[in-house]
Amino acid sequence: MPDSLQLPYTRYLDPDGRLLGALPAWADDFDLLCRLYRQMVLTRLFDQKAVALQRTGRIGTYAPTIGQEAIGVAIGALMKPEDVLVPYYRDTAAQFMRGVRMEEILLYWGGDERGSAYADPAAAEDFPLCVPIATQALHACGVATAMKIRGEHRVAVTTCGDGATSKGDFLEALNVAGAWQLPVVFVVNNNQWAISVPRRIQCGAPTLAQKAIGAGFHGEQVDGNDILAVYERMQLALERARHGKGPVLLECLSYRLGDHTTADDATRYRSAEEVKQAWQEEPIKRLQAFLAAQGVWDEGREQALIGECQALVQQAVETFEAAGNQPAASVFDYVYAQWPAALAEQREAFRERVARRSAQSASPSSGAARHLLPQAGEGYQMRPPADSMEGQP
Amino acid sequence: MSEAKLSLLEAVNLALHRAMREDDNVVVLGEDVGVNGGVFRATLGLREAFGFKRVIDTPLAETMIAGLAVGMAAQGLKPVMEIQFMGFIYPALDQLVSHASRLRNRTRGRLSCPMVLRTPMGAGIRAPEHHSESTEALFAHIPGLRVVIPSSPARAYGLLLAAIDDPDPVIFLEPTRLYRMNPQELADDGVRLPLDSCFTLREGSDLTLVSWGASVHETLQAAVQLEQRGVSAEVIDVACIKPLDLDTLEASVRKTGRCVIVHEAPKSCGVGAEIAASLYERALLDLQAPIQRVTAPDIPPPLYRLEQLYIPGVADILAACDTVLDYA
Repeated sequence: MPDSLQLPYTRYLDPDGRLLGALPAWADDFDLLCRLYRQMVLTRLFDQKAVALQRTGRIGTYAPTIGQEAIGVAIGALMKPEDVLVPYYRDTAAQFMRGVRMEEILLYWGGDERGSAYADPAAAEDFPLCVPIATQALHACGVATAMKIRGEHRVAVTTCGDGATSKGDFLEALNVAGAWQLPVVFVVNNNQWAISVPRRIQCGAPTLAQKAIGAGFHGEQVDGNDILAVYERMQLALERARHGKGPVLLECLSYRLGDHTTADDATRYRSAEEVKQAWQEEPIKRLQAFLAAQGVWDEGREQALIGECQALVQQAVETFEAAGNQPAASVFDYVYAQWPAALAEQREAFRERVARRSAQSASPSSGAARHLLPQAGEGYQMRPPADSMEGQP
Repeated sequence: MSEAKLSLLEAVNLALHRAMREDDNVVVLGEDVGVNGGVFRATLGLREAFGFKRVIDTPLAETMIAGLAVGMAAQGLKPVMEIQFMGFIYPALDQLVSHASRLRNRTRGRLSCPMVLRTPMGAGIRAPEHHSESTEALFAHIPGLRVVIPSSPARAYGLLLAAIDDPDPVIFLEPTRLYRMNPQELADDGVRLPLDSCFTLREGSDLTLVSWGASVHETLQAAVQLEQRGVSAEVIDVACIKPLDLDTLEASVRKTGRCVIVHEAPKSCGVGAEIAASLYERALLDLQAPIQRVTAPDIPPPLYRLEQLYIPGVADILAACDTVLDYA
């Protein structure tokens, strides 16, 4: 991609996991790299399970993360507990590392607000995932403003896709972040597709990172499929923001291997050839090859890891499925801190509606969903499946 | 404490000073609110008293102001933002509807949005295009928001303090036409007014006049003229249009049997329609005449040469009163 502004672009590993140059010192810590690898695998196994749950009707529409694990895992690994994550809807990798539970993400897409209540205190101040595109970038700036007002050394991290960078909200967020030198890191997950609109017609600028330049702060590109590169540049961005040196925009170049959501069919607008090529560059295989070449990964560890992660995912699915519904009346409980007395009549009318409905369907529920048990021994994908170019089971 | 005569604008300013003194988490942000003290001077003196970290001049971007307030509020601050005119509030709607109003609900109370959005509303001050809007119904329609419109200095003071205290987002609309009209004695006593109650400004027995915002001014004048004709009109300032204190309105209409609703906003789907429908639901058989609405027509506010015709006048209110009084 031409880059008239000559912004930095960082990549350490080629698609086959071969080193392209000297690594930063921290990358000698193979335990760390194996932990990052583990999180990427866990995220992908979860993602595949979530898609399967949607296909079998156990959750609603879901936005897959597949192909973007390196970005989220680097973010999650590097943020401090006191930082605040303001995510979009393809950030399960980072959210899990922040303390959000897998069953909570399933609850959310499974139609239950408790999925954004985040029981773990570690995630207590993080925002729930954001659906209206780019609106969350402003929340991160507000969070960062509060941190700056209070003189705290904390950072707000917000993520979005390439399409989001076209929105006014995103540009207004960059503008205020630059004007006030806020402690915020913008991570643009440039996965090349905003539903059906490709990056090349989304924006005329050669890079998305250069939007930061117009707002008066640093922007750069990184290979979003190379977790070593994302980790290194994210680390520096966080440090910079934390020490009052202003915001950073990190454009991570990746590829959306899945459909936009389970309600989308990407075969309508992109070629099998392109997707096949993208699978050659995906992040998990790349790190695995590197670790194997370093002699710290092998088939035995791989199988053990898959077994461990599948058990965790399975446990989360069971917790999710055991959650039951919220009480009907709870729909009023959180609209205001206290339901206004002036609207008491509406709550009463709703109670009557609930009673009327339960009288109508007095027969006990059949519990028919219980037959859908997950299959044992499912692996995770590192190549496109033969029967579907989209990488969906 | 000595009592000075204050305008509605000065009452807003007084309440802001008190709120910022009482709670370090209160911050004021908006365009020109700092050094300049706001285009109407509602935030005058705050920068000097509380510093640039708590009285923040923002870049010129309304979506940004509202989005920023969401993030600040989630961190435990109590942002009080100013949008310069109601006509410029629309870019902020997405943040108010999609986030501020529902952050508490979508996180089951884990995060919340204790914020206030202040903006001047209404026509009648010979302002340029887009400076004369009364679109309160847009906000009243949104679950999770409160919408408050004061019509006197005392109510502006007490309601604004209550709005800033409130744990949920409050849209606080200040009628520009009343900003400097009818100053009244006002003690800085910190007394809050309830956010879900109407204010009965005059008691009466023959008919109920319901209004809010700047139109309360003409409505009260109409009540005085009715009194001179021997008609006893009850005047209710709704003040909090979301949630609506229907109990007070119902009780009044049951008593008088006749009702005229006056608002400056356009008629269709205005808050007057909500009130009329609710009163029909609750008190149909006590009504002795169809409820009348005196409103602006469904047109954009005209540029200022004709704006007085847009605003409901005393004669228009009296005509509607005659209709309900003369109804067989």
